Amino acid sequence: MPHGWALVREFIFYLLVLIVIAISLFPFYWILRTSLMSNAQVAQGVGGSNGLLPSHLTTKAYVDDFTKQHFLKPLVNSAIVALIATAITIVVATMAGYALARLKIRFSGAILAFILIAGFFPVLAMVGPLFLLFKELSLLNNIYPLILAYLVYTLPIATWLLRNFFAQIPAELEEAALVDGATRLQALRKVVVPVAIPGVFTAAILAFILAWNDFTFAVSFLETPDKFTAPLAIVNFGQSAFQVFYNRIDAAVVIITIPIALLVLFAQRRIVSGLTAGSFR
Amino acid sequence: MSTQATALGRLARRRPKRQMGRERADRRLGYLLVAPVVILLLLITAYPLAYNLWNSFHAVNLSIATGGHPFVGVKNYTKMFGSSEWVSALLRTAGFTAVSIFLETVAALGLALMLHRKFPGRGFLRAAVLVPWAVPTVVSATLWKTMFDQRAGFVDYMLGNLHLPGAHTTWLAGIWTSWAAVFVADAWKNVPFMAIILLAGLQVIPTEVYEAARIDGASAWQAFRRMTLPLLKPALAVALIFRTLQAFLVFDVIYIMTGGGPGVSTQTLAFLNWQTFLIGTDFGYGGAISMMLVLISLAIAAVYVRALRPET
Repeated sequence: MPHGWALVREFIFYLLVLIVIAISLFPFYWILRTSLMSNAQVAQGVGGSNGLLPSHLTTKAYVDDFTKQHFLKPLVNSAIVALIATAITIVVATMAGYALARLKIRFSGAILAFILIAGFFPVLAMVGPLFLLFKELSLLNNIYPLILAYLVYTLPIATWLLRNFFAQIPAELEEAALVDGATRLQALRKVVVPVAIPGVFTAAILAFILAWNDFTFAVSFLETPDKFTAPLAIVNFGQSAFQVFYNRIDAAVVIITIPIALLVLFAQRRIVSGLTAGSFR
Repeated sequence: MSTQATALGRLARRRPKRQMGRERADRRLGYLLVAPVVILLLLITAYPLAYNLWNSFHAVNLSIATGGHPFVGVKNYTKMFGSSEWVSALLRTAGFTAVSIFLETVAALGLALMLHRKFPGRGFLRAAVLVPWAVPTVVSATLWKTMFDQRAGFVDYMLGNLHLPGAHTTWLAGIWTSWAAVFVADAWKNVPFMAIILLAGLQVIPTEVYEAARIDGASAWQAFRRMTLPLLKPALAVALIFRTLQAFLVFDVIYIMTGGGPGVSTQTLAFLNWQTFLIGTDFGYGGAISMMLVLISLAIAAVYVRALRPET
């Protein structure tokens, strides 16, 4: 048990930890609190019976989100686009990650560099040309072209992550299968794929989060509310002429945050190790 | 990498026929497996880039009903460099980027050091700070917009109760205060990501390094500055490249929190670009702005790769 100056340092450290946790999580509490208030309470302002924990709570904002703001369709739109983008990403990135890690291709360094640079590409610069392209093809205000655009978010990081992951699987596993007479593809299917499942799973979670979270492409290519994705829908919630319905906006925010927060909490260890493993060796 | 160069390499390449056959088959399979990702990424990056380049030398405005898109040489570029709107946006964006990465790097370093230490509850801390990073920018921007709102927000409430300056302000209506709000929303979401990268860098530094420094009598601060920081260069480079580019290209937060306002005081380069494309429908001028955006991004990345090259 440390004493004296060391004890004070320990105390300060844990205090800092608490402060950091508070800064990270308190805003979510505030959103939750605001989402459970009525329109009148929001208009009243914070204080008195409307303090940190309001005396009256109601779930009306959540109900309004689905009845008056029609939040269900955007949620479905987001889910469709994110799931398809994730599926494509997983197939493509697993193939590429495996090839880059295991198979001796020429220019694998350059290919990997290209993939990473594509991940840094300014997304805003893509908006104009893609808008023109989709307009030509009458694909504006359509959620499916978004999937293609989202691949620029998901492919680089998924490929990089899976490549690192495959690079860490010992080569002996495959060698053993190959020595036993299997072809490369057979070895892949029977030996590598089962071992790769955790890495693929992590990559899928990251891809889903990145696709789900997009706002830039959605706000550029979608025009009517029934085609909006969830992030876009939320932003347009509060644009009523008379009142900003913070309780409804925040209820929508809570609805969106819960699956993401659960995914992260569930997979945080995997996500961190996936992103960092082998990066700086 | 150049096994051809060494004698050992030459020896290594004299391999049995069956293995050479397999390697060739492997290579073919490899190209096949890598093809989809390369093709897809080329499609969504190289194609828009080329299109922008072409557009930037032509007049392409959907609101002007001329016939076709005539070649205009560098007119879009001279317009851009001469426009006070573009120059102001550039300066604003540069300022925001500089302040933001300085403050965020310091915070991320502190957070990384915290997470590096083994203590009970470390997992909870890590999970807690990752959630802000994982939520969409819509959430973080909307969340902080609520927090800074005079009537619905916590910031005013807290400042008022603690009788601190800044209470009873409409944060998003003031020139500097709106930047402050944008910065808070941005930092809250992005410091955790930087911290994770720096943490990865910290984790590969062997502990012997610290012990050696301590034995030599160095204080914790000196050990950090002379031994840890230099060894952290690769991780710092990666974290800084990410953050600098993201800060320079900031768009979502601006659109959602301030819409570029009040007036144009938070109009960043990326936001100006977007407005030119989608509101001005000027894809020629917008193309020029985009090309500059890409060039500056490349320059930033190049600077970092050079400056923070790890010593061999």
